[in-house]
Amino acid sequence: MLALPSAPAPEPRRQVFVGTAVTVAAAAALTGGMVALYLRMRNEALSAVDGTWMPSEAKISMVAANVMLLALIPICIFAQWAVYSAKRDDKPHTGLALLLTALIGLALINAQAFIYATIGLPANQGTYSVMFYSVTGVSMLLAIVGVVFSAVTAFRYLGGRTTDREVVSAHALYWYAYSVIFAVVWFVVYVTK
Amino acid sequence: MTTIDTHATSAAPASAGLACVADWVTTTDHKKIGRLYLGSAAVALIGSVVVAALLAFERVDTGGTVLPIESLTQLFSIYRFGLTYVVLLPLVIGVATAVVPLQVGARSIAFPRLAAAGFWAWLIGSIVSIVSIVANGGPNGGNALFVDLFYLSCSMAIVGLLATTVSLATTILTTRAPGMNLRRVPWFTWSALVMSVALVAALPVLVGNLIYLFVGHRYPSLSEFSGNRAISDWAGFGFTQPTTAIFAIPVFGFLADTVATGTRARLTPRGSIFAAIGLVGTAVFASAVQQPVVIRSGFSALSGSDKFSDLIPFALVHVLPLIGAFLAVALTATALKKKPTVGAPLVFALFGSLLVLLGLAASALQHIGDAALMDTVFEEGAWLAVVYGGVLAGLGAVAHWGPKWWGRTMALKATLPLALLGFVGAALASVPLFIAGFADQPGGVFPSVDPGTDGVVKFEYSGPQELWNALSAIGHAVVLLTVLAFVALALRAFLKGDHAGDDPWDGQTLEWATTSPAPEYNFAEVHIVRSAEPLLDLKSSNRSDA
Repeated sequence: MLALPSAPAPEPRRQVFVGTAVTVAAAAALTGGMVALYLRMRNEALSAVDGTWMPSEAKISMVAANVMLLALIPICIFAQWAVYSAKRDDKPHTGLALLLTALIGLALINAQAFIYATIGLPANQGTYSVMFYSVTGVSMLLAIVGVVFSAVTAFRYLGGRTTDREVVSAHALYWYAYSVIFAVVWFVVYVTK
Repeated sequence: MTTIDTHATSAAPASAGLACVADWVTTTDHKKIGRLYLGSAAVALIGSVVVAALLAFERVDTGGTVLPIESLTQLFSIYRFGLTYVVLLPLVIGVATAVVPLQVGARSIAFPRLAAAGFWAWLIGSIVSIVSIVANGGPNGGNALFVDLFYLSCSMAIVGLLATTVSLATTILTTRAPGMNLRRVPWFTWSALVMSVALVAALPVLVGNLIYLFVGHRYPSLSEFSGNRAISDWAGFGFTQPTTAIFAIPVFGFLADTVATGTRARLTPRGSIFAAIGLVGTAVFASAVQQPVVIRSGFSALSGSDKFSDLIPFALVHVLPLIGAFLAVALTATALKKKPTVGAPLVFALFGSLLVLLGLAASALQHIGDAALMDTVFEEGAWLAVVYGGVLAGLGAVAHWGPKWWGRTMALKATLPLALLGFVGAALASVPLFIAGFADQPGGVFPSVDPGTDGVVKFEYSGPQELWNALSAIGHAVVLLTVLAFVALALRAFLKGDHAGDDPWDGQTLEWATTSPAPEYNFAEVHIVRSAEPLLDLKSSNRSDA
């Protein structure tokens, strides 16, 4: 065997953080592709003669949609608070921030469920309903993943892995990315419809 | 360390067998995960090529139905889905998973459980996809339940491949040996990184469209996503060029690796070859538009702005990857001025690269409207060139890196002719379809059942269709023969063959600095890297010292 110069094992290069970044890039591609197709189909529908896009019976609760967007502000603040506290080895505040992030994430999911319950539009009402439920469903799935991520990070941290600060940073990155993704969905699907 | 004393009992062989199975099922060793991908893809390859040969024989007579006509759609779906997502991509990802951590000097892959979970998700998703196609699900399927199942399982298989890709990209970005910056990574590792980044951008778009299709089909209405042709309209981009070119990017990295090893020289200009391989990754733009990007018919009569709006997307999606592939092959080939040691992997890599290049060139031509090749069998020829190019390179990669996985080596004399045979078979399978495409032979399933009349739809053909389709069928048969012979040789060599040395090819990169087979932890010590060819440096200094 050839003898190359050897060295002590290097410090890990933020593996969880980089892995999370790659994963959120995939999530952005997923949602971006779906939103792009949504826009295309909407344009085609509206440019047709007497074209309609959104069925008249669909009633989207804009209050719930706006609350979802606003909820992302405290989510990002709490996720960053967790990073700030973890860097200072402040276990109680890190745990509190992570649990608050998960709690508001749950509220986000609840708001999405409220929209589904009140929209009055079955999924089998044509292209709009198929696309609406698909895009918002994927967005909700990403929020569920975020809540699970928050819970797992909190349990790991509160369970004693307090040196695992990178996971807390990766968790914050996930919620930042989700906020951008949801903002796009909110603008396209809820505002401009 | 605790030592447990064990005693042989009569139940020992059975429990040893079970332990072996459990070890493989629960493994987090990247070399085993990679080999699981390779083994599964090899089985799928044999099955898919058999189906390909049957379909090709069916086409020899335009109206003939050797096979039951109602099963042709399913067989065609298995052929396209199978060769793309159950053979080509897993084969490439499998090789990369097994090799890349060794090449970057890492002791393991990043997120090994994610990589393993990705493999099992892909395997289960692929099996269920094939079963659902057979049960009249899949594209144009008549059984609604199995069509839904196909969408779900196909998504599951792709998400599995994505999971392993995330693991692979993270490995390259975070676990490189000290001193190995991104400019110093081996050629194959660079190409695997380019592929991974492109896959992370492209495959989720396909999954998103499959979600639309699933919801549209599960809740049927007059939507764009409910009809029988919906899958080819909205997910078709994932099964053809230039998306499939992304899957074949590592072919060019493998070529550069084998040429550098064969010539025992430093391959230059390094930056240009890296850029060329990166340029092939621009094929990812195809997933951004999700539809064929064509230059419209009557191009010369178009206005200046219309010409511009056709040419820019066409250049991004078709021309840039083609230029990248051409430059990657051409720049690498310049190193062949120094006579290389011709090994089977080098020949496999060269033929594989040429086929992928041919497929990309043909794909660009097909998307020029005035060539009138859209919807002809020409597209299938281009796709086959890319897929079989990737497969040939994959076989070469097994011959090249097999010693690191099994500790044994394949016989050069027996393997080398298979590269030539495989190339001839792949060229025979694809090139006649180009000619048939120029003679307006339609693509897709043929003959087919007219949904309106339930009659058999034939096609009018102006050339000697029997000849071209028969040649294509023979090509598939030759590829099948090549694959069977290679698998038999590989099994024999890796189970009972000669023991390989640690550095059987006189390599330049880190994987050849560990034992053959490599231990589970890959390297006993973490190596420091001071150039892109650390072993070449060491051997040169040893020679000058002597």
